[in-house]
Amino acid sequence: MKAIYLDNNATTRVDPAVVEAMLPFFTEHFGNASSAHSFGAEVGTAVKAARQQLQQLLGAAHDHEIIYTSGGTESDNAAILSALEAAPDRREIVTSKVEHPAILSLCEHLEKTGRAKVHFIGVDKVGQLDIEAYRAALSEKVAIVSLMWANNETGTIFPIEGLAELAKEHGALFHTDAVQAAGKTPISLKDSAIDMLSLSGHKLHGPKGIGALYVKKGVRFKPLIRGGHQERARRGGTENVPAIIGLGKAAELALGHIADEQGRVRELRDRLEKAVLQRVPNCIVNGDRHDRLPNTSNIAFEYVESEAILLHLDRNGVAASSGSACTSGSMEPSHVLKAMEIPEAALHGAVRFSFSRDNVAEDVDRVIEALPGIVEKLREMSPFWADAEKKINDSKTVFA
Amino acid sequence: MWEYSEKVKEHFFNPKNAGVLAGANAIGEIGALACGDALKLMLHIDPVTEIVLEAKFQAYGCGSAIASASGLTELVINKTLAQARAITSREIAEFLGGLPPEKMHCAVMAHEALQSAIANFRGEDWNSDHEEAALVCKCHGVDAAIIERAIRDNGLTAVEQVGACTGAGTGCTTCYERIEDILLRVTSEVAAAQAMARQTEGRAHSAEAVAETGRASRAPAASEGSRAGSVNLFSAATRPASAAPARPPAQRPAAEASPLSPASPLPPPSAGMTNLKKIRLIEETIEDLRVYLRKDGGDCELIDVDGSNVLVSLTGACVGCQMASVTVSGIQERLIAKLGVPVRVIPVGRSAH
Repeated sequence: MKAIYLDNNATTRVDPAVVEAMLPFFTEHFGNASSAHSFGAEVGTAVKAARQQLQQLLGAAHDHEIIYTSGGTESDNAAILSALEAAPDRREIVTSKVEHPAILSLCEHLEKTGRAKVHFIGVDKVGQLDIEAYRAALSEKVAIVSLMWANNETGTIFPIEGLAELAKEHGALFHTDAVQAAGKTPISLKDSAIDMLSLSGHKLHGPKGIGALYVKKGVRFKPLIRGGHQERARRGGTENVPAIIGLGKAAELALGHIADEQGRVRELRDRLEKAVLQRVPNCIVNGDRHDRLPNTSNIAFEYVESEAILLHLDRNGVAASSGSACTSGSMEPSHVLKAMEIPEAALHGAVRFSFSRDNVAEDVDRVIEALPGIVEKLREMSPFWADAEKKINDSKTVFA
Repeated sequence: MWEYSEKVKEHFFNPKNAGVLAGANAIGEIGALACGDALKLMLHIDPVTEIVLEAKFQAYGCGSAIASASGLTELVINKTLAQARAITSREIAEFLGGLPPEKMHCAVMAHEALQSAIANFRGEDWNSDHEEAALVCKCHGVDAAIIERAIRDNGLTAVEQVGACTGAGTGCTTCYERIEDILLRVTSEVAAAQAMARQTEGRAHSAEAVAETGRASRAPAASEGSRAGSVNLFSAATRPASAAPARPPAQRPAAEASPLSPASPLPPPSAGMTNLKKIRLIEETIEDLRVYLRKDGGDCELIDVDGSNVLVSLTGACVGCQMASVTVSGIQERLIAKLGVPVRVIPVGRSAH
């Protein structure tokens, strides 16, 4: 049985063309980009070419606005800590309750240690930002606003360009975690008010352990990692050359595939959602269905716990993920779904299916075939289902 | 992600005894939808021999929750009640070939459902004393609730002491920061509660008319723990400043019964110290502490006093210092000691006010 991978928001398969581009930089072109000799020079040229590939993907004005990092988390940390250091008279941060832990746990830590006051802006039932609360939190005290472009759990897309404009009115820097958005939705930074943007290689069919931080020309940047003069002294440490080359290639391929993501991949996702909603009673789609990543579907099944569904799906050869952080042992449901105030019965039953260009129509068929039976079996075992089902049938009778 | 044993998988994919038991005469129910797991255990016990003849379950939860429930039914069938009662959560986990440390709570849930069912059979009340909390130390399976209890019960102040008491943090030591966080939170809660208790005592002495009521309500509250008190304290920020610190929950019955009666012997809250005096005392205390902070190249400035919240700005070397949170809690402890009322020190930026 062919294994079906529908967890592309967690990580993606490295594109074979990316691997191919990387390989010579382990063996043949192993030089240090900083070296003066020819071994270094050819590597230096390749690193610059990769930077231009990223510039293209992001629609940035200059290639030197791209700083290579170890990934999305480092980029996020570097952006926020830089902003605080560069503006000592501004001690506040504005972010949202649904950010990735790379932002949330850093902000909580900064608050706890008294280094900043943080405004965690809430969201509505589809995961869209509370714009009024956001406006109210902005002031001359805010050093940086950090809001994700697209949510990793639900795919909900924030109106990021507009949010950046609002931040500018108060002179605050604007950072966006675009780890999920890059390569799935068009991005053009050149004429935007976005000052900084994080992306990660392994979410767009590139290697793990590499990412980038875009820092708009003119924005004062304070390095997180100090060392040599690499990355124009904005990020010390010898360049991870093979990964950088891989990231560049991945960015180039992603740009070419955005139409596929927006078209074919979206259709796969929509077909799955429609079929599941038709065949499985009592499930809801989480997220903003009007403004959402084309590859992400978060479906909550009432009265069932998501890990139980995932185990059964896995046995059917389907890999998906849950919105809850059940594995942490705390049994805490997803902070994103909690912020969205998803009904209690569904909060622990969310399953995320995330597609990529690697997926085909048969993958959707397999899920549609397996899922209704799995949910039914688990509901039959649930102590809550009999009562719930009775209520549902009663209400149907009333309407009939 | 899943490190389940074959036996867990077997019991999850093909659970034994799932469903409703029609003739059940002992039912135990644990958990809720909101918790993410729940178990209903149904037993048919022979009333004469007290042997468990049948056992069935309904479960809502993750893989190991369902497997634990299934395993439990296999374990209790044909056992006497005395034997069943002696089954521990560890035995349930062992029966399943072990559970990952993060999932031990599933075996605990199964164990509790069994205890609850037995109590139900005997016509007794049964309450779970288990508190579910996030796992902190993976090496020794110690969760936040255990650590918190150890800190409160033994007055622990250092990570090493927590290790000696609970084993937490003595394995790979990677959970050091998380233990430190819990220590910081709990010790400042305890300090605040103690200050509150001192104040409560003072009032009880001066107000003889309600002394009896005061004493009666204080006794059970003390064993309930300081948590309730401190939670109340920290949520006090939204209430009028003067009323906030002087109304500990322990005193509520007395306080709420009396203040409206004209002859109330209770002094007004915060009596004995005007706001001005209070602020001066806070200023003096912080001024004393600044000497020490300046030695390390840091500094601290009083920004504002808002009810029980004391807003300070840490500057110089304090900014970005790893120990800043320790400094803040130190200032808080000192203020509580000096003022005799609970306060919360909140670090803010200079420009915040």
